[in-house]
Amino acid sequence: MNLYAQGLLESPLGWSVALIVGLAFGFWLERAGFGSSRKLAAVFYFKDFAVVQVMFTALATAAVGLVLLDGLGWFDASRVYRMETLLAPQVLGGLIFGAGFAMGGWCPGTALVGAASGKLDAWAFLGASMAGSLGYAALYPSLASLQEVGACGIVTLPELLGWTPATVALLVVAVALAAFWAIARFGPRGSPMEATEVGGPR
Amino acid sequence: MTGPIQPVPERAQRYWNPYVAGFGLGLCLLLSFVALGVGLGASGAGARVAAGAAHVLAPEAVETNAYLAPWFEGGSPLSNYLVFMSLGTLLGGFGSALIARRFDLRVERGPRIGSGGRLAFALAGGLLAGFASRMAGGCTSGQALTGSALFLGGSWAFLMAVFAGGFLVAPWVKKEWQA
Repeated sequence: MNLYAQGLLESPLGWSVALIVGLAFGFWLERAGFGSSRKLAAVFYFKDFAVVQVMFTALATAAVGLVLLDGLGWFDASRVYRMETLLAPQVLGGLIFGAGFAMGGWCPGTALVGAASGKLDAWAFLGASMAGSLGYAALYPSLASLQEVGACGIVTLPELLGWTPATVALLVVAVALAAFWAIARFGPRGSPMEATEVGGPR
Repeated sequence: MTGPIQPVPERAQRYWNPYVAGFGLGLCLLLSFVALGVGLGASGAGARVAAGAAHVLAPEAVETNAYLAPWFEGGSPLSNYLVFMSLGTLLGGFGSALIARRFDLRVERGPRIGSGGRLAFALAGGLLAGFASRMAGGCTSGQALTGSALFLGGSWAFLMAVFAGGFLVAPWVKKEWQA
C-alpha cells in the first residue's frame, strides 16, 4: 500500500521517498531539455514540440502503467490521491497560468531545473511565482467564492464517458500517437537550431 | 526551417529524444503514484517557502490569512512532502545538467531582447503563474501531468486552458523569443 494511504506521506519516510522521486523528476525534465526557457516557449510558435511530445508520452506511460498494475492486482490504483474538479478556478487559473508560461518561459517545475542549470531568468521566475502565490493568499478572501463555481467533486473521464479506465487509457494513447504523427509530418524539420541563434547573445 | 532546439554551450551534450525523456518522466510519475500515493508537484513548494518567509516578516498577517493558516497547523509550512520533492527536483536537474555539461550561468533570451527585458518578462510571467497555480490548485506538474494521467476531468480542463492561454499570449510576446 502506498505511503499516502498509510498516512505516512508526511513523515521522515515519506519525505525521503519524495526527495528521491524529485531527483528523478528533475533528472528527466533536464534530459528533455526543459532547463531551457527558449525550448519551452518555442512550442507556442510551433518551432519545437518537445513540450507536447514529453508531456503526452509521460502521461500516457503513467496512465497505462497504472491501469496495468491495477489490472494485474499488483497495486490498488483507487488508493491514489485524486484532486476534485473545480471547473471555474481550473479553467481561469489555467488560462492565467498559460499566459504566465508564455511570458515567463517557465512553469514551476521546469523553472527549478532551469535555475539548477544556471539560468538567471529561472531564478527571477521562481522568485516572482512565490510573490504571486502570496498575492493569491492576500486576495483569497475575495477569491474564495470562485472555488465553488463549477465544483463537481472528483470527476474522472471513465465515469464521464462510461468507459473502463483501460479503454480511456487506450484512447489517450491513440490521441497521443495521432499528435506525434502530426508533429513528425508537419512539425519542424532539419538540423537543430544554431547555438548562437538559440540562446541569443550573452 | 530549423529543427528542435539544442543546448547552447558548444561542449554541451544534446538533449535526449523527447519520447525517451517522456517515457522516463512517465515512469517517474508512476513511481510517485505507487510509492507515495500522490503524483508529482512543483508549485506547492515555492508557495510554502514564500509563506514561511512571509511568516518571519509578518507572523500575525500570515497566521490569520484564511489560505495560509492551515499550512502552519502542523508547525512549519516546510514540513511537507512537496518541499522535499522540489528540493530533489532542483538537485536532480543540477546533477543532470552537470553530467551533460549543460550548466550555463546566463539569462536565456531570444535574439531581439536584452537581458533586462527578458528578466522583466520572467518576473511578470512568474507572478501570473504563481498566482494561477494557487487558484487552480496546482501547476503543469500537479494538475496537468499528474491529474491528466489519473483521468481527472478538471485536470484535463486545466491542461487545455494552459495551452489556450499560452497560444493566446504568445503573439504579444513574440519579440521576447523569436527572431
